[in-house]
Amino acid sequence: MEEIAKQIRRDIVKQVYHAKSGHPGGSLSIADILAVLYFKEMNVDVNNPKKEDRDRLVLSKGHCAPALYATLALKGFFKEEELDSFRKVDGILQGHPDMKKIPGVDMTTGSLGQGLSAANGMAIAGKLDNKDYRVYAILGDGEIEEGQIWEAAMTATKYKLDNLCVIVDNNNLQIDGTIEDVINPYPIDEKFKSFGFNVININGNNLEEIEKSLEEAKKCKGMPTAIIAKTIKGKGVSFMENKVEWHGKAPNEEEYKLAIKELGGQEDE
Amino acid sequence: MNNDDKKATRQSYGEALADIGEDERVVVLDADLSTATKTSIFAKKYPNHFFDVGIAEQNLMSVSAGLATCGKIPFASTFAVFAAGRAYDQIRNSICYPNLNVKICATHAGVTVGEDGATHQMLEDLSLMRTLPNMTVMCTSDDTQTKWAIKKIKEINGPVYLRLCRLATPKIYNEENFEIGKGVQIGEGTDATIIATGVTVPEAIKAMEELKEKGVNVRVIDMHTIKPIDKEIIIKSAKETKKIITVEDHNIIGGLGSAVCEVLSENYPTQVVRMGINDRFGISGKAEELLKYFEIDKDSIIKKILEN
Repeated sequence: MEEIAKQIRRDIVKQVYHAKSGHPGGSLSIADILAVLYFKEMNVDVNNPKKEDRDRLVLSKGHCAPALYATLALKGFFKEEELDSFRKVDGILQGHPDMKKIPGVDMTTGSLGQGLSAANGMAIAGKLDNKDYRVYAILGDGEIEEGQIWEAAMTATKYKLDNLCVIVDNNNLQIDGTIEDVINPYPIDEKFKSFGFNVININGNNLEEIEKSLEEAKKCKGMPTAIIAKTIKGKGVSFMENKVEWHGKAPNEEEYKLAIKELGGQEDE
Repeated sequence: MNNDDKKATRQSYGEALADIGEDERVVVLDADLSTATKTSIFAKKYPNHFFDVGIAEQNLMSVSAGLATCGKIPFASTFAVFAAGRAYDQIRNSICYPNLNVKICATHAGVTVGEDGATHQMLEDLSLMRTLPNMTVMCTSDDTQTKWAIKKIKEINGPVYLRLCRLATPKIYNEENFEIGKGVQIGEGTDATIIATGVTVPEAIKAMEELKEKGVNVRVIDMHTIKPIDKEIIIKSAKETKKIITVEDHNIIGGLGSAVCEVLSENYPTQVVRMGINDRFGISGKAEELLKYFEIDKDSIIKKILEN
């Protein structure tokens, strides 16, 4: 699993480097979460990406598409070479996730704050159809400043969506600074608790803790779960870690090579 | 047209919803306005397929999008101003861009909302919704047409915006003989064509009947589909009649009048007179008073035709 997470990280850096744009920081922070979800937890079928009974994932922080694309490619939803055309005019990998163009993407996202509502819709549909699939929604800690997140949180509780699991990527940084400085959504766990969620705090860059929390979430009945995952923005690349300037910037050639090396890859990758 | 048999299209909508509820894919969502939007009629009959998300219109649209990804056919309702206005970005990014099968049925459009005034009188929705790729935009004029539309939009795949009104209007049609994207021609007059939609259709028909007594023969086109617009019927009328007048309970910018002008300027350049709300906000008053105040009532249409 560790190697999978590293490969996802290398592919994140690679995509952003080749595209000369994109969002490496928040992508690197969720690499471990996506690795566990797609390679351990989620029931998905690469040969039938739209399978009705599949578990679903909404990457509500859609700008971290490179992390999702790297994971989906590694899982086998599309060829790894496709990653080279991220953000390019002749490729399928749009700047933000597009469910109509990209196999394995369950919901189109990009405009922040909308994904939890969409995940609610999927979870409600699952309840209506008596299906036991689970729905995961990954939110940014800056993203929860959007009011719609809290509209959605109330809906998730009202309809007792225990088939829904929210994961907040708490990397503590957003474009204009630390989340405390910009508008301060803390305490995140208490907020979700007060909205009626089962809340689990974890280190979101620890594979074991991620796995354990997802198992725990499954056992909780009658209410949705929110996993508050404390992460490091830019995790795995020393010069990107906890640096807000790497929110949405591509590395130059030298930085790229260094990053790949730090992530255990070959220099010519 | 039967002036003794009046019903608001929102009422017809609620009744029609209850009729299609047997289809288990149909789910209805509202944002705390179910007694006004009339989705309450469906809710009573199918409580397990009705979801009230509270006063949260953005969430309303995105939850509907999520349901649509799982094969449901969500009908999402609130007032037009909160649907097309407040939740525009959700409609754009979560519904239209992924081309999801959500039916947005927005009631209380136009100045005919009445007493609630400008904040609640949506005059830009046709314009906003028409510009979104993948969106079908409709505005029905009577009970029969609205009930047809609800059944019909359930059958087509893709997002639909249906504009509905609060004001009770007369029954125009006895048969559900309509097609999406095809306007309905009423009358054969060649002196002028009045193109109307929604609540202005009965006003146009009344104007047609009164003008006939004055020796002026006009025809009315009920344009229940604003997008895709019926180019054929517009061009045909421009060729066959001396004047084209559009009448809508909507800003004259961006709505029915603009759509007609777009068709004619590219295909058969014709002078068009646009009647509607002239780039301003509404005011409080009774719906019938406001039709007169904003000059989209029968008498104003007659006056405009006689003076042009």
